[in-house]
Amino acid sequence: MTDFTANGPLPVTASPVRRDIGIKRRYAAERRFRLYGILAIGFGLLFLALLIWSVVSKGYTAFQQTEISIPVEFSEKVIDPQNKRATDPNVLMMANYPVLARDALAKELGVDLSDRVALKELNTMISNSVRVQLRDIVLRDPSVIGKTVTVRVLAEGNVDSAFKGQIDLSVPEKDRKINDRQLGWIHQLAEKGDLVKAFNTGIFVNGASSRPEAAGVGVALIGSFYMMLIVLVLALPIGVAASIYLEEFAPKNRLTDLIEVNINNLAAVPSIVYGLLGLAVFINFAGLPRSASVVGGLVLTLMTLPTIIIATRAALKAVPPSIRAAALGLGASKMQTIFHHVLPLAMPGILTGTIIGLAHALGETAPLLLIGMVAFVADYPGTPLQPATALPVQIYMWANEAERAFVERTSGAIIILLLFLLAMNIGAVILRRRFERRW
Amino acid sequence: MSGSVLLLCLLVIGVVAYWLGRMRANALAGAKLSSMHSRSSYHGGYTFVWSVLPALLLLAVWVSVSPTIVETTVARSFPQEVLTAAQSAQNLEFGIIRSIARGLTLLSSSDAATLVNGTGDVRALLSAKGVPLAGDPKPYMMTAALELNRLTAISQWLMTVAVIALSLGGLFFSLKAIAPKLRARNRVERVILGSLIAASSVAILTTIGIIASMLGEASHFFSMVPAHEFFFGTVWDPRFAAAGAGNSEGQFGLIPLLLGTLYIGLVAMLVAVPVGLFSAIYMAEYASPRLRAFAKPMLEVLAGIPTIVYGFFAMITVGPFLRDISAQINGIATGNFQNFIQAQSVLTAGFVMGIMLIPYVSSLSDDIITAVPRALRDGSLGLGATRSETVKKVILPAALPGIVGALLMTASRAVGETMIVVLAAGVAARIQINPFEPMTTVTVKIVNQLTGDLEFTSPQTLVAFALGITLFALTLCLNIYALYIVRKYREQYE
Repeated sequence: MTDFTANGPLPVTASPVRRDIGIKRRYAAERRFRLYGILAIGFGLLFLALLIWSVVSKGYTAFQQTEISIPVEFSEKVIDPQNKRATDPNVLMMANYPVLARDALAKELGVDLSDRVALKELNTMISNSVRVQLRDIVLRDPSVIGKTVTVRVLAEGNVDSAFKGQIDLSVPEKDRKINDRQLGWIHQLAEKGDLVKAFNTGIFVNGASSRPEAAGVGVALIGSFYMMLIVLVLALPIGVAASIYLEEFAPKNRLTDLIEVNINNLAAVPSIVYGLLGLAVFINFAGLPRSASVVGGLVLTLMTLPTIIIATRAALKAVPPSIRAAALGLGASKMQTIFHHVLPLAMPGILTGTIIGLAHALGETAPLLLIGMVAFVADYPGTPLQPATALPVQIYMWANEAERAFVERTSGAIIILLLFLLAMNIGAVILRRRFERRW
Repeated sequence: MSGSVLLLCLLVIGVVAYWLGRMRANALAGAKLSSMHSRSSYHGGYTFVWSVLPALLLLAVWVSVSPTIVETTVARSFPQEVLTAAQSAQNLEFGIIRSIARGLTLLSSSDAATLVNGTGDVRALLSAKGVPLAGDPKPYMMTAALELNRLTAISQWLMTVAVIALSLGGLFFSLKAIAPKLRARNRVERVILGSLIAASSVAILTTIGIIASMLGEASHFFSMVPAHEFFFGTVWDPRFAAAGAGNSEGQFGLIPLLLGTLYIGLVAMLVAVPVGLFSAIYMAEYASPRLRAFAKPMLEVLAGIPTIVYGFFAMITVGPFLRDISAQINGIATGNFQNFIQAQSVLTAGFVMGIMLIPYVSSLSDDIITAVPRALRDGSLGLGATRSETVKKVILPAALPGIVGALLMTASRAVGETMIVVLAAGVAARIQINPFEPMTTVTVKIVNQLTGDLEFTSPQTLVAFALGITLFALTLCLNIYALYIVRKYREQYE
């Protein structure tokens, strides 16, 4: 086999054994490697789907609310037994309205009004908010006293859960929040068509409440809105100004380097540290009120600034130097070049970065916990200086509530939050697709 | 005039000034615009700056300084026994005076008169107006409060006059200065440049603010609790904040919290690193453009979901699921249906945090892997290596510094993550190694110590700042080291 120099024909030998270079093993390894990659991507997507499914399946029912429509008799005997309402306005304010609703429900179900245990159980089926609801009816039109009006009152949270089929009926009766007799009444009401699921506007407009059926994210939405406004008004101009300086004017020296390293680090500082900063500087030192959205807005501004600066600098960098050269060549000053030509061209990129920064700030919870946004606020804040909560903080507070109905509310609030984020991100994508120019 | 009204006034003057400056420049130029050095809007800007900026500075200084001056003047008239009292007692008294002074402005004139001549019930009248008093008012306080109100009014009045005068003065000065030769554009541009510099210094101020505020509050804490007890203590038991009770101080050991943080972070990294890295490799080396266009943004959605949502997911779905499945496994293995994974545990928090971190790992590594030059890849494939061998033997070693940097940044995010651990890790501070039991983290304890009533004098509150500075230092080190690695090795192929 060694001498091929001979001019004779090649000796016919058994075909040489192919050297085993492990091609099978290597291809198997290749397939395994590829599989790991697919599994990894699948794992990530699976949990994304699971997360969204978990929230949506628990939360979509929060947008419906069980209401009981009952003919309420505004009996004068209950509201104003001593007939003093003409002289004392407090009588109508303080009257025992829940009794009216309870008696109406009892009459509707044919329950004996002297059965005190039954009445007590009936009372727990109607939301506490009925007091305010009926009071408002009477205060708006006192002539209603003595008449019978059909009113739709909110059902209590457990009735709501039971009607939506969320209560496990295999649990022994005494461990349940709702007993068999109440379940019977619910069926009775449902058959008569008095128990209806209506669209839940309350979850969008109501403030904090210890009762799940009356709790809503109204105050939190306003608080979050104020904060986003403050972040937009402060972070966008400051961020753009800082980026213009760093990108276009700053001399290359140590100070500029320091600022750049600083900004990169600030982008990676844990958000909770910004909360500590806000607590120490804005509340303890500057004396701003706790729980106010102005403090939250300032903290979120500082937190969002690095994001906006980094995005803006990237957008400024993407504007080709020929634009600058052309403007300068026509006699524009450097400032005019930037403000008249570079900045408008970079604007889509800047706005995209700003929207993404805002979306980030909207979902941020941890720093807001420290500056006292964890507050029970039932009234709408008129100004950013008044106590408010924020949407993610409201979610946090509800997540800590024990009642079953609050799980549904929490998921509902998360859906609202995610929809806002989705809208903002889609807006950013559209902005980028539509206006971004590539040179 | 109050500060905000004055601010509005300044703005109005500024707009008028801009308009006047423009008009004057136009009038000077006449038909020959080229005779002016700058365009008329720059002259307008010049007058605007002169009429607003100095006045604004004066306003800011006055608003921040005048209360201190007024209060020290009032304090000089205090009776002797108050002046010799301790600083904290003096502050308390002054708080009451301030409340009375504020209340007096809210009361009707007749009510205020009864208070001043000493016949009315101060506390009742004021609390009816929503001004609660911290203690019973003493006779001297009424005079002090009146003096405070008088001086404050004088200060306000002086401020209004001074600010408006300065503003108008600036306006007239700048109007007179407008001339064809005035280099208005250059001057306005210099002011703009100054404001740009000021804006970029906000970043530095933020860092200084973070460090100064946390060091300041933490040094208060360390004056009450020795530093070595904090940094090396193994027991975390802060007790409740009890005002003035010196002997109720608990133990503030950092070690259990730090171990919990690192443990949960480790579990999270164990989930996130393989998943993130393999998805990045697959996305960069194997995936068809269509799969990439779909999967990459979908994975990045994971990064856009707020952490509170992950926390809720961990608490409501993952935690109970792990608990129930552990009970089933235990039941099948031993017949005893007792769960061995708690609903709140290191595993739950770490696992969910790992899912949150996947997109950070994958998108950072994806960028780094795609940055490895084509030639390296082609060379390896040309020599007969399979794709996976190319990835393992050529691309990963080349991208390693960048990937290590990315992982360090991800780790710093894991350490600083708050909402997931608050909802899913538990609050029990203990040292143990079972991942199925709850542990707690630094961030959880910061939140715990700072929600509820705050007292900036008790170690129970101030410990949060000591924890905060620890956290800040930890993440800062990780980030700086990551940046250092990335910067040092980035240029290798360019």
